Amino acid sequence: MAIDKRVASAAAAVADVADGARVMISGFGGAGFANDLVLALRDRGARGLTIIVNSATHPLSFTHTLIEAGLVAHVICSAARGRGKGLSVFEQLYKDGKIGLEVLPQGTFAECIRAGGAGIPAFYTPSGYGTDLTRGKETRRFGGRDYVLEEAIQADVALVRADMADRFGNLTFRHAQKNFGPAMATAARLTIAEVRVVQETPIAPERVELPGVYVQRLVVAGGA
Amino acid sequence: MQPLNRTQIAWRAAQDLQDGMVVNLGIGMPVHCSDYIPAGRELVIQSENGVIGAGPEATAEAADADLVDAGSRRITIAPGGTVIDSAWSFAMIRGGHIDVTVLGAFEVAANGDLANWDSRIPDKGPLVGGAMDLAASAKSVWVMMEHNTRSGGPRLLDACTLPLTAPGCVKRVYTDLAVIEVTPEGFLVHEVLEGLSHAALQARSGATLRFAPDCGVLRAPDLTDED
Repeated sequence: MAIDKRVASAAAAVADVADGARVMISGFGGAGFANDLVLALRDRGARGLTIIVNSATHPLSFTHTLIEAGLVAHVICSAARGRGKGLSVFEQLYKDGKIGLEVLPQGTFAECIRAGGAGIPAFYTPSGYGTDLTRGKETRRFGGRDYVLEEAIQADVALVRADMADRFGNLTFRHAQKNFGPAMATAARLTIAEVRVVQETPIAPERVELPGVYVQRLVVAGGA
Repeated sequence: MQPLNRTQIAWRAAQDLQDGMVVNLGIGMPVHCSDYIPAGRELVIQSENGVIGAGPEATAEAADADLVDAGSRRITIAPGGTVIDSAWSFAMIRGGHIDVTVLGAFEVAANGDLANWDSRIPDKGPLVGGAMDLAASAKSVWVMMEHNTRSGGPRLLDACTLPLTAPGCVKRVYTDLAVIEVTPEGFLVHEVLEGLSHAALQARSGATLRFAPDCGVLRAPDLTDED
């Protein structure tokens, strides 16, 4: 049977995301947010989610809608600060002890995900050594420099934004849309890509930026 | 002379960025250093979201929502530039391929400790971003900040009071009053604002300052504060 990873809608793509799932969401700095999939996940209503996302609060991402809908039990991120002086819904939940939070240096966050998709269970990094963020973590000295042991991160689902796809799930990215998408796609059992277009002809081999091996489902952005 | 405004501090730091350097400019005022690179010098600006060879901020007409820097500004890509993913971008940072990072800060200690990520605002969520990775692994960490807090307290200290971003990493500090090198023996002042005595600068600092034998005058052209 011909490989074809296209799914009819974002809702159909996330229909089997279960309560308690660990969900990675791409996006950074306003680019690369898989917002159709995030809203579909909110409507799906699976609860007790752990979300793994660079920023829990970026104004151009809809990640915060999952938190506001009460679906999120735990957040792993590098930024969790709401805008303005008042408390965001996330910050209020965190203050009240109703949501878990793990904050990692952004490079550690990225490398934990990369390692998670690459069969590396843990790694030593210099980032965060000697700071409150890594307190209690194992450290070791190599070549006169101190490092912190960080464990890989994997997920049940990754929601990734890309530009073009073909039916094999091969992806291209526009500019800074790339950010965490490629690494997250490698570190989840089920990767769903939200793309601008699925082209009928295969993407030229030299233009593929993420092989379809890492992508299980495709949804066209702005679709039903 | 008046203390430098934040744009003038960025200008002053930019004068020390050398031709050919790979430079990461922190979110906020440090990114404006790229507006004041001296003519004839070509640098590669790395933004930790993966833009390698970041160009100036895009005009309203040219702005592209997919082409942003780590501070969410819509930017351009300079000739020779490209975009890589976040894991690779931080591998580049940790791997020691960034010559200089210019970062904002709350406090710097005489041993080079940097505090620039957690100002302990009650109940606000934490935001670390790429600061710890950059501070730990750039070949040289420069800080630009106001010399004193809004209430007049010192930011140059014997020991940081706020949570550290990285220990012992800062090499230079550019403030509205002075240019300071962090040496194994502590702070060494290289330039002081015109009309400000060494004693007055010392009084506004929370650690002992030494003054270079050739300590000069800190000057900057008239520039409007952009923030």
